[in-house]
Amino acid sequence: MSEISAEQVAHLANLARIALTEEEIEHLTAELGQIMQAVEKVSEVATPDVPPTSHPIPMHNVFRDDVVGDNVLSPEQALSGAPESDGSRFVVSAILGEEQ
Amino acid sequence: MSDLIRLSAAELGERLASGDVSSVEATQAHLDRIAAVDGAVHAFLHVDGERALETAADIDRRRAAGDRLGALAGVPIAIKDVLVTEGMPSTAGSRILQGWLPPYDATPVRLVREAGMVPLGKTNMDEFAMGSSTEHSAYGPTHNPWDLERIPGGSGGGSAASVASFEAPLALGSDTGGSIRQPAHVTGTVGVKPTYGAVSRYGSIALASSLDQIGPVTRTVLDAALLHDVIAGHDPHDSTSIPEPWPSMADAVRRADVAGLRIGVVKQLDSDGFQAGVRQRFHEALELLERQGAEIVEVSAPHFEYAIAAYYLILPAEASSNLAKFDSVRFGLRVTPDGGGTVEQVMAATREAGFGPEVKRRIILGTYALSAGYYDAYYGSAQKVRTLVQRDFDAAFASVDVLATPTAPTTAFKLGEKLDDPLAMYLNDVATIPANLAGVPGISIPAGLAPEDGLPVGIQFLAPAREDARLYNVGGALEQLLLAEWGGPILDRAPDLSTHELLATEEGAV
Repeated sequence: MSEISAEQVAHLANLARIALTEEEIEHLTAELGQIMQAVEKVSEVATPDVPPTSHPIPMHNVFRDDVVGDNVLSPEQALSGAPESDGSRFVVSAILGEEQ
Repeated sequence: MSDLIRLSAAELGERLASGDVSSVEATQAHLDRIAAVDGAVHAFLHVDGERALETAADIDRRRAAGDRLGALAGVPIAIKDVLVTEGMPSTAGSRILQGWLPPYDATPVRLVREAGMVPLGKTNMDEFAMGSSTEHSAYGPTHNPWDLERIPGGSGGGSAASVASFEAPLALGSDTGGSIRQPAHVTGTVGVKPTYGAVSRYGSIALASSLDQIGPVTRTVLDAALLHDVIAGHDPHDSTSIPEPWPSMADAVRRADVAGLRIGVVKQLDSDGFQAGVRQRFHEALELLERQGAEIVEVSAPHFEYAIAAYYLILPAEASSNLAKFDSVRFGLRVTPDGGGTVEQVMAATREAGFGPEVKRRIILGTYALSAGYYDAYYGSAQKVRTLVQRDFDAAFASVDVLATPTAPTTAFKLGEKLDDPLAMYLNDVATIPANLAGVPGISIPAGLAPEDGLPVGIQFLAPAREDARLYNVGGALEQLLLAEWGGPILDRAPDLSTHELLATEEGAV
């Protein structure tokens, strides 16, 4: 199960939106194989009768009234760290490429 | 070296309250120390001396006007760069956030400001808290004040080193798998990971949301307790924040008494895999506690050996989701490929340029563990191991009050030694990870120096969830016993860094 190919790593990088170089893909392919081999150990004890735990402290859903809270940023504050904005909106490049 | 910087936070707080010294004087003394030694230590990514002195002057004015101030009012503090700070750059050690000025304060930062403490600046860390050595910081590693060639631990090596080198009396850290406790172990300082949900995560740049917890980094157990009392408590901005009130941790230290306390030694973490000097100091500390009336018993936690494997599935899975927010749209870096590109291509180019190798490794690992066809085998199995680790804790705490382990397998290793071997690096956290998986609190306090290399060794105590006060009780008691044995704090035996002033100045770092 831990056999990971360079094609798989390239696919994962695409899903994760990281433009890895060929060299990085090669390096990561070897490393991921080793790491996955080590972490596969979990399957030794993860038998069907054991329930999964997603959260350390048991809690119920936490709700609040649907009203404006006390931690609202102004548009200026929200845009203050953006690489590009037009004063009231974040500016991004084209969503669709030419072929789309 | 000014005497002011060698005071504990509690002592400094008392001197400030008595009017013996001003916050401006105390803050200036620490800024001078930073200027003198941080070129060599590199604990800080950002120092805001001007604003710190303004804050200090304001506290001095309020004190003079007769305002009622808390025990730590006027005391300087260093803040791990994982916590967002209004008007102070917050990078989490990553290039992708270089220069980002957050528009708000994280809740623990707001609380230390409201307590009248004086933020000095932001401390270095492994990028997005991924690491055990600070070598994964995009801004270069922090150096261990005990030996500048060695790691200060990680991910919070900057906070631990700042405290160990007397640049700050205390600091804030974050602990996802040991990032507060392991740096404490290798720098001869105190570090506490509170119960999951005790301290708000609002404004903490998330690594793995079900594991992250903010906590104190200090030189004494009382200082950790005082800071814990400031930052703990319910916060409506964090839905995992525990709503119930907490008892005073400082009171637990002041009333420390281990007579009749049942301490369980985890058999699986007391093995040949640990350095001889680490085990020796661990057992000596237990003997001291036993002589004071504690009962030492061996307990078994058979699933702890699966904890690292589960952790390195759960953490990357959660991190790969959390780090999706770094998309070049709302904050941080944007890199546009040559000739332009779609928003997706810009995003991919930005993340390629902005993330370091360890972050990329874990994002790809997490993406893999969560992908269709592998989810049950990897992430699902890891969540089951999490249940088994919790059951081990439950079984142990049915017969003992606290657990004890060495904090980490070895003393500080050399910078670079494990950088090319991720699996070897991951093993540093073997003793600290189980607490994060189960949400239980842990403390590391200095247990001495390993005879073979003269480097600090920590001892870790773990308590059931919500029983953080037990850690302060046993930690406070052991600290007193060890201080009596040593004749003074362990950091008195650390090298004097003042000889590095010249070097740092010559390099233009000051």
